[in-house]
Amino acid sequence: MATDTRVILICSGKGGVGKTTLTANLGISLARQGLTTAVLDADFGLRNLDLLLGLENRIVYTAQEVLEEECRLDQALVKHKQESNLSLLPAGNPRMLDWLKPDDMKRIVDMLIKEQFNYVLIDCPAGVEDGFKNAMAASQEAIVVTNPEVSAVRDADRVIGLLNTNSIKPVRLVLNRVRPKMMANQEMLSIDDVTDILALPLLGLVLEDEQVIVSTNRGEPLTLNRVNSPAAKCYLNIAKRLQGEDIPLIDPAEEISGFGAKFRRLMQTKIF
Amino acid sequence: MTMTLRDIINKLLRRQPASASTARERLQLVLAHDRSDLSTELLDQMRKEILEVVAKYVEIDVDEGAVSLETEDRMTALVANLPIKRTMTGQIQLKKDRKNRSVENSPETEGTDQVS
Repeated sequence: MATDTRVILICSGKGGVGKTTLTANLGISLARQGLTTAVLDADFGLRNLDLLLGLENRIVYTAQEVLEEECRLDQALVKHKQESNLSLLPAGNPRMLDWLKPDDMKRIVDMLIKEQFNYVLIDCPAGVEDGFKNAMAASQEAIVVTNPEVSAVRDADRVIGLLNTNSIKPVRLVLNRVRPKMMANQEMLSIDDVTDILALPLLGLVLEDEQVIVSTNRGEPLTLNRVNSPAAKCYLNIAKRLQGEDIPLIDPAEEISGFGAKFRRLMQTKIF
Repeated sequence: MTMTLRDIINKLLRRQPASASTARERLQLVLAHDRSDLSTELLDQMRKEILEVVAKYVEIDVDEGAVSLETEDRMTALVANLPIKRTMTGQIQLKKDRKNRSVENSPETEGTDQVS
């Protein structure tokens, strides 16, 4: 029986908000749930997904050789060392950008669908230009990643507009790098602010966590073994929600521990 | 507009409001423009023309008048808030059938028009 592959674009508009980190950790989380998952690095200009997954030394062929029919798809796919359910299709040479068309991305994704993966996650390049449009052409649904910052939210809005006009759905939001203390002090856009402004359902939020940097240093996504870190828990929750599980959202206010927490909550009391 | 305890304390101490509300307001404004794809010049021109048309029928307070874009739920609305000083019935030539229709002398008229 053929598997229904879900093809999900992970995009943001602005760079550096955490698309690649989310792709890597969602890939690992889904794979750990027993779901076969392919992560496709569509950021041909500035590829990094291989590095975050710790697979940079195991790349032989890339999407480029697959498209040029110099190798088969299974020769280019790099299986993750610990999570064999997860495979990476590396981005090719940046020169690919000169000739890559939306149909090329569709061809690659169709090949991945034929391999009967449960999930294909496409790590989209920043921006709203050709790289984004190529990746969007091959996608069915999308996750928009943003931070609670004005520039990230503005760029996310542009991307959401383009996804809507191209009938990508559902489009869901991941709010990344949430700092509970700043939110409690009202020095950071709240979760409601962002979801109201962008008018998107929230798939999850990810708490700011220093361990993210440590894990990228090592090339071992947080969800691989540090499941006790705040961000890792958030990523795992997002993966479960993607699978349709009803996991309640974390309340950032509850994440503040210690003496100041009660006071901050008091200050947030709505008077009128 | 809700106020929190913190907002009130900030107001009493004449401190700047917390930056999240500033961020929210700035975003809402910039997104209204982004979404409508109207440049500031075009919006200015449209504002001018709208005021001209309205001024043909009622005397409006040009300084107080505001034509702006507002956005909610990914819908952008053109909102005109034009305080009317007094109507000019009889002062301008109106078509016969409109002659008997009096223009309401309300302190402000609000018209919304879906742009996108």
